Amino acid sequence: MTKMNLVQAINSALRGALREDENVLLMGEDIGTLGGVFRVTQGLREEFGPDRVLDTPLSETGILGTAIGMALHGLRPVSEIQFADFIYPGFDQLVSEAAKYRYRTAGEFHVPMVVRTPYGGGIRGGQYHSQSPEALFIHTPGLKVVCPSNPYDAKGLLLEAIRDEDPVLFFEPKRVYRAVKMDVPETTYRVPLGEAKVVRPGEQVSCLAWGAMLYEAFAAAEEVAKHGVDVEVIDLRTLWPLDIETITSSVKKTGRIVIVHEAPRTCGFGGELVALVTERAFLHLEAPPIRITGWDTPFPLTHEREYLPLAHRIAPALLETARY
Amino acid sequence: MQVIREDGSLDSKLDPGLSVDEVVALYKALVRTRIVDERLERIQRQGRIAFHVGSLGEEAAIIGAAAALRDHDWIVPCYREVGALLFRGYPLQRYVDHMFGNADDPVCGRQMPDHTFSRAHRYLSVSAPIGTQIPHAVGLAMAAKTRNLDECVGVFFGDGATSSNDFHAAMNFAGVFQPPVLFLCRNNGYAISLPVERQTATRTMAEKAAAYRVPAARVDGNDALAVFAAVREGVQRAANGGGPTFIELLTYRLGGHSTSDDPRIYRSEAEVDAWRKADPILRLRRHIEHRKVWNDELDEDWRTVCDLEVKDCVRIAEQKPPPELSEMFTDVYAEQPWHLREQEALSAGGPRAGAEEDES
Repeated sequence: MTKMNLVQAINSALRGALREDENVLLMGEDIGTLGGVFRVTQGLREEFGPDRVLDTPLSETGILGTAIGMALHGLRPVSEIQFADFIYPGFDQLVSEAAKYRYRTAGEFHVPMVVRTPYGGGIRGGQYHSQSPEALFIHTPGLKVVCPSNPYDAKGLLLEAIRDEDPVLFFEPKRVYRAVKMDVPETTYRVPLGEAKVVRPGEQVSCLAWGAMLYEAFAAAEEVAKHGVDVEVIDLRTLWPLDIETITSSVKKTGRIVIVHEAPRTCGFGGELVALVTERAFLHLEAPPIRITGWDTPFPLTHEREYLPLAHRIAPALLETARY
Repeated sequence: MQVIREDGSLDSKLDPGLSVDEVVALYKALVRTRIVDERLERIQRQGRIAFHVGSLGEEAAIIGAAAALRDHDWIVPCYREVGALLFRGYPLQRYVDHMFGNADDPVCGRQMPDHTFSRAHRYLSVSAPIGTQIPHAVGLAMAAKTRNLDECVGVFFGDGATSSNDFHAAMNFAGVFQPPVLFLCRNNGYAISLPVERQTATRTMAEKAAAYRVPAARVDGNDALAVFAAVREGVQRAANGGGPTFIELLTYRLGGHSTSDDPRIYRSEAEVDAWRKADPILRLRRHIEHRKVWNDELDEDWRTVCDLEVKDCVRIAEQKPPPELSEMFTDVYAEQPWHLREQEALSAGGPRAGAEEDES
């Protein structure tokens, strides 16, 4: 065990995957010599060489399009998109190509690739270094979407994503890249995809969150506990395919649900979660589901703390639903 | 670059040196593809299949290139290259089953006609968005290079695709990483209705390659042996570690863009007639007749064989039932997740839409 932050844990996962499987390679802008703009890939080019840690030209279409070709050949490319906000030039490659290759060849070809990308606000990054576009990819059949909140899960989920036979979008919460440290094994352990985790058991309200907002949900739960409201906080970890069982059984127990995400509210993943819970646990609900999300504006700079669904906005919602 | 002269003789300096049997096999493949195309177009007009995108006039560019690639080299198609797949031995029945989207359609009725693929024949899958396959080809070739395999990749695309961002991204990656890839640009004069002069301001497609320091050649795409020679040279360059090659294949689309197109709206009959005289099949036939290994009788016999073969395939394909409904829900992921299991059950147990009503 070593104390690691998220950056170190992800680096450790990549190092382990590169050591274990010669088919794994990394590619992206500035990931080699520089070690990535967030230093996530630091030291890997030195250890594995420029043919396995590729500094690519500045083209998301090129990175994702060639990664698909490599995966079709049997390699397991792990691409980095420097910021999730820059993924759109390669969007067509993900949505029209990676996501559909298995289906459109009836399984003769498939695309085992991982796309890592730092997402989310709270780093004074303004509209082009703060976005949370996960819903766009959840909406696309054929893609899996993962978003860890802590170093242990990040490493185990990334190793599992690299072994997965389908394309996986791996959203890294850059706001907490260096904020959280925990014990992380040096081994290449796995955390399965599709399993949520109850991080704070509770009886009265279910609160769903992922990535950086998990900490805000947790802080809000601790806050309202002082007022006698007992909140169950669930870290989704994998956004799609979703762990519907854990969510449904929690809501059946509590009868109340608050969903937290950074992305804009309209057509955000929160809306889908509300629909799923309502369809499955309607008669258990004691209060209308609540979404605490980013507002439906482009991501702002000066007022980003007012845009983000931080604990100061989550706690009143938890109280409101508990007293409904 | 041209190899076959007007009289059917070869320019000896450029002759790729194919044996008589090889040239005749190439000719027969061109004719077979033409006859399959014509039959499919006819049955589309009769409403028996929904759609067809053919290769009338471009057979030499497509099959000449496929013949120059080695069996273990990859072909990354645009969507007009089924002739290359058939040349590699893909069963015609399987292709026609796909055209009908029947129970034996390899893609289970999930794709429009002419969206073929075959791992066994090292032929990737057709995608409709233009240019998206070009970076895949570069990635495949980068993988082959990384794995020290003596493989190269030939990727087809049209003149229109040179406007796509995928084309430029792929060319740039190829210039930087030097993988064994051949960019096979079928310049057939039109991207649906847009003439190539309006597609780009450059005089040729090949000069675009210079910006990425990729060596380029311009070839008469209706001269099967010129196509073969140029592509074979590119294969040798790639196999010797020389990296990518761009080949502009100058040809002409004698048919519409697809069966949904009406080319009379945007080009004159006189223009098409002029190109009919440059038909790549006539061109290669003149050569094998010049070599005294082909004549009218052999030609007639071969056309009859091909015609009967495709008619047989159509008759059989038409009798097969549609694919199972459950196949709509598989192959989205390696393992079917809960939500697709649920939706499959809902669909199976729910009301049926049935066949579309005949609006005529």
